[in-house]
Amino acid sequence: MGDAISAESATTSGEVRIGGTKTEPGFCREVERLSGQKLSACYQCGECTAGCPVAFAMDLMPNQVTRMALAGMVDEVLQSRSIWLCVGCNTCVTRCPRLVDLPRVMDSVRQIATRRGVRCPEPAIRAFHDTFLQGVERGGRLHELALVAALKLKTGRLFQDVPAGMAMVAKGKLAILPETPEGKAEVRRIFEECRRRAGEGDDHAG
Amino acid sequence: MQDNRAYAYYPGCSLHATAKEYDLSARAVCAALGVELREVPGWNCCGASSAHGRDHLLSTTLAARNLALVEEMGLEEVAVPCAACFNRLAVAGHELREDASLADAVRNVLERPLQGSAKARALLDVVARDVGTERIRDAVRRPLEGLKVACYYGCLLVRPPRALETDERVEDPQSLDELVRAMGGEPVEWPHKTECCGAALSLTRTDVVRRLSADILKMARDCGADCIVCACPLCMTNLDMRQGEALKAAGERFRIPVLYFTELMALAMGIPDAERWLKMHFVDASAVARRESAAAQSTEAQQ
Repeated sequence: MGDAISAESATTSGEVRIGGTKTEPGFCREVERLSGQKLSACYQCGECTAGCPVAFAMDLMPNQVTRMALAGMVDEVLQSRSIWLCVGCNTCVTRCPRLVDLPRVMDSVRQIATRRGVRCPEPAIRAFHDTFLQGVERGGRLHELALVAALKLKTGRLFQDVPAGMAMVAKGKLAILPETPEGKAEVRRIFEECRRRAGEGDDHAG
Repeated sequence: MQDNRAYAYYPGCSLHATAKEYDLSARAVCAALGVELREVPGWNCCGASSAHGRDHLLSTTLAARNLALVEEMGLEEVAVPCAACFNRLAVAGHELREDASLADAVRNVLERPLQGSAKARALLDVVARDVGTERIRDAVRRPLEGLKVACYYGCLLVRPPRALETDERVEDPQSLDELVRAMGGEPVEWPHKTECCGAALSLTRTDVVRRLSADILKMARDCGADCIVCACPLCMTNLDMRQGEALKAAGERFRIPVLYFTELMALAMGIPDAERWLKMHFVDASAVARRESAAAQSTEAQQ
């Protein structure tokens, strides 16, 4: 794409089209503010992608996420699977010669995608995180059995892992009833207060 | 270093359910070694593996509440068996010390006094470094003679090293290897000590977890290990509960037992309940106990 930057035009919405690709100049700053990372520090050595255990399942390679976010390529980044597939193993940030905390970048981009209501290409992963956090907000601790049950209802995968789950119960490894720790109300207040500060308005439970 | 030092103890949600045997063995081993663990009263979920993906302030505050409770107990360090919980508490503690404006924001949300002085320690680190290999050697009743062990650290015990403030070599950690050696076992040389098992994708992208876990299991087998030892409930789930389906997808038929390091210690220290905990696993781990007791009998016969 040698002519990619030949045709540049500004639109009324603040978007800039570079060779037909929509870019949003403020996007990079938004990611940098949320993640505390400087995207321009990345010199594209590719160490993050080389070490990433889930790169084989990604659509954008980790180093591409960084560069595309820097370029303001908002649609490509927010709609990618990669931002949801990152498991936060921290291999990339450990090996990055420029100390870019890429898992923090991925977290931030997820938050922006969720806030803007972008369709998630990995709905089960998003449902997992939403269900997990709803459980913690409600009970102060995670009740694993409830998480699995709620996730099954949300994703429609009713029969996956049923034998394993039953074996877990038989082995005494899945508590039937949730724990009710003191401090439960305090945890709920922490969630509410953080939501208020983030200005989300309401829970983005999916 | 005091002989009988007290630590706050943060079990985390999994150790009260799917990783019950980790909790039971951790408590039993620490009691036998004279390490006092005091469970943090009213602890809450640390937020792993989901809160950091929603809101950094939320994830830091959830972890910080537990650190504040440790401070209220009058203790300096909290021992954390789960690698994921350890990572969250340690990274949050580090950020609170480094970033004054974040610490202020967290204090405002938390509405509790928070110095930021409490330090999260991986239980593995407490056992291997504070108790030390010498005292562990003395506590061993049934040496793990001839047992070849793949020491699997996973991701979150060691990465990212700057924020975790540990002295493990990040690409080739040693504490678990030293522990196994002190118990008379033989840690195998293998390249997958810190490879990722797929972690929280277990319930959602099980295909990814099967592939990553099969790679780890096959490498342990290829390097001659009799068993894998880990320090994380999620690693255990992926390597033990998902082992059958992971190896089937990879066209393999073998099985390899996976144990928490505290379970292996309990076996070596002759703690009576150790074999009962192993029954809570999916892959039969009784061979590790049998082999180890057979070796012990032959040692006794020689003496």
